[in-house]
Amino acid sequence: MLGLPYTKAEGMGRMKTVEEKTPTIDRRKFLKITGLSTIAGLLGGWKCIELLAPGELEATYLAKTEALTAKRWAMVIDMKKLTDDVAARCIESCHHIHNVPDVGDPKREIKWLWLERFENAFPGDEHEHMAESLEETRFLVLCNHCDNPPCVRVCPTKATWQREDGIIMMDQHRCIGCRYCMAACPFGARSFNWGDYRDLVKNKSPEYPPRTKGVVEKCNFCADRLGKGEMPACVEESEGAMVFGDLMDSQSDVRKIMREHYTIRRKPYMGTSPQVYYVI
Amino acid sequence: MFERALAGDKRYWGLVIGLLAVIGAGFVAYLVQLRLGLQVTGMSRDVSWGFYIAQFTYLVGVAASAVMLVLPYYLHDYKVFGRITILGEFLAVAAVSMCVLFIFVDLGRPMRVFNVMLHPTPNSVLFWDMVVLSGYFLLNIIVGWNVLEAEKNQAPPPSWVKPLIYLSIPWAPCIHIVTAFLYAGLPGRGFWLTAIMAPRFLASAFASGPALLILLALIIKKFTKFDPGTKPIQTLAKIVTYCIIINVLFVLFEVFTVFYSQIPEHMRHFEYLFVGIAGYGKLVPWMWTSMIGMIAASILLVIPAVRRNHTTLAVACVMVVVTTWIDKGLGLITGGFVPNPFDRITEYWPTALELLISLGVWAAGFLILTILYKIAVSVKEEIG
Amino acid sequence: MPEEKKKVINSLKETGFYKQDRMYDRGKVIAGIVVFIVVAALPFFYNAGKAAKMPEPKLDTPMIQQLPEAERVCVLPTDEMRERHMVLLDEWRDQVVREGKREYTGFTGKKYTVSLQNTCLACHSNYDEFCNECHQYTVQTPVCWDCHIQKPKEWAG
Repeated sequence: MLGLPYTKAEGMGRMKTVEEKTPTIDRRKFLKITGLSTIAGLLGGWKCIELLAPGELEATYLAKTEALTAKRWAMVIDMKKLTDDVAARCIESCHHIHNVPDVGDPKREIKWLWLERFENAFPGDEHEHMAESLEETRFLVLCNHCDNPPCVRVCPTKATWQREDGIIMMDQHRCIGCRYCMAACPFGARSFNWGDYRDLVKNKSPEYPPRTKGVVEKCNFCADRLGKGEMPACVEESEGAMVFGDLMDSQSDVRKIMREHYTIRRKPYMGTSPQVYYVI
Repeated sequence: MFERALAGDKRYWGLVIGLLAVIGAGFVAYLVQLRLGLQVTGMSRDVSWGFYIAQFTYLVGVAASAVMLVLPYYLHDYKVFGRITILGEFLAVAAVSMCVLFIFVDLGRPMRVFNVMLHPTPNSVLFWDMVVLSGYFLLNIIVGWNVLEAEKNQAPPPSWVKPLIYLSIPWAPCIHIVTAFLYAGLPGRGFWLTAIMAPRFLASAFASGPALLILLALIIKKFTKFDPGTKPIQTLAKIVTYCIIINVLFVLFEVFTVFYSQIPEHMRHFEYLFVGIAGYGKLVPWMWTSMIGMIAASILLVIPAVRRNHTTLAVACVMVVVTTWIDKGLGLITGGFVPNPFDRITEYWPTALELLISLGVWAAGFLILTILYKIAVSVKEEIG
Repeated sequence: MPEEKKKVINSLKETGFYKQDRMYDRGKVIAGIVVFIVVAALPFFYNAGKAAKMPEPKLDTPMIQQLPEAERVCVLPTDEMRERHMVLLDEWRDQVVREGKREYTGFTGKKYTVSLQNTCLACHSNYDEFCNECHQYTVQTPVCWDCHIQKPKEWAG
């Protein structure tokens, strides 16, 4: 087509005529080249704009100086100290601060922190001749913020992920409501908004956004409060029955209580490494 | 070739319009679900997946079964299947469409579905499910369409179709293995945490898919001028027979492992399904129908005379389709969630709205199937 | 016209399907075009003579009035906010939820807590007279309000 001024077949003997020399391109090739160069131009242009755009974010957004930090947050619930009234206040505080609705229908309830009997919190560990006190004890259960969380593994959008300090976070902006995380959690810690339950919040708090229908929610170890320098709401209400701190800091409250008392966890054999420990 | 789907007799248009009406009803029901949320279904905090995901799981199996035609024909030159591979491929397209629709109607925030592609998460099996399902859909529609068009023009298909066909052969079991992995990797669900989940899925897929295909082939033979032929139907029947027997065996293997080891947590799910616990036993009659039906279908299909007679074969195939649908659908899903991680029981049953939406999706799949089959059959009728 | 062509056209005309000097289905096509033009022009005719009211977002909320005149600025200059407040909110969302960064330095150097409900809506507590003025005019329904509350203090009681 283009290129050589003489036809290859005849060698330099005959120069191409004007018609032959005029560059020709058939319609198909033209469309192909146009299409590819448009795509290349768009992608390249877009990338250039991204690269050249000022990188402002780093300087303008910071964590608050008073934020509480840890290498690995953990919680110890001292069941010997916890009474039912205190537990009820912890639950009330948690559900108030985070606008957890009271759905009414037990099949669809949303709960971040609640009470269970021993054989329900630790199924398989019960036997027929347990201590009477254990029969009556109601255990506070919540998301265990596992170190090896199956829920995070299965989320297709990273709407739930493990933060560096160990907290399993929920991004309700990204959640598509597939409920795979609910199937994956071995502890039944997650709840789903089967409808728009914003009006069903009993004790509303104006500071934390409620959720609408179609997203999953669960305890977030009060990551929002930690970010402002405050301890989790339930821990503050618990009168010392719930201890919260850095597992990697050997002088933290959680490590101290774990040194002094025998602690157990829910379903440790699952390998999820739950980080809520119980003193029983 | 699409114009061939627009030329049909009264019966054809009656079917299309009927399906469109059902789709319309399902769509209106879905609008209600969009407005009110998934509380219009029977799902709950404990049984967070239900009828929609059950249909999805079953239909992935049906979709994968196209490989049962493609593999012998293209890999082993089993010419008998030549006339009907297109039926398998188009069934796969319709089935995968239904799978995607069922996932869509099950989502809590469906408008965010593209988040799965915007934020790809390779450690999530659901991400891979989306990848393999989309890929399989594209493979089957491209291969099927081009091979059919080549047939219509009485010419060999273009050479680039061959590698796609070869790709679709391992891809088909992959879609179903990935779907099985959705369940089989969850530590907290003892009913699903078994290595035999993937083999069981494949066995029931290769029983139910070809069974459905036989029924469709018999329907096509009755209502159109295209005769798929006795030989392909007979070979498919043999495949269904072996696979349904294997499926029954796999169930029995699971029952042995669970009940001989006597681990309470694992036994509870089977107890709930087949005996009921503490008065909760909605699914018991369904599970027994499924098991007994599957065994009966196996015995029937083993008898050559039953397979050769198209009426008895059709009956046996219907049995296979229904029993595997129960077993892999509600049986599988509910069994995994009941009892819950606290060893408590919350039962599940789909609501009317849930069923109406599901019916709408099934109708959409059947519409796609009708259109594609109309095109294929009209080409086959032409070229003889 | 060459003879060959004439012969071919004549034989085609005999089939009854060849209408060279007329449009196929002329009546239906023209009727369809007219219907389309009427339907497409309906919005213009419906609104003829009525001008949509320009949005007038009001800043007279108690919180804003409390501040001295010089300090009545947002986190970014007004024209920047007008142009990209939605982008800024997306950034805020990701920085708080996903990065845990709760402090934002505005263009004046002032530090703000990154929160729609507690910072933005603290000053702009009049959603209907402020945010909704423009949202209504431009027919925007931000999905944020599916979850977030437009008037948090009122909602909480």
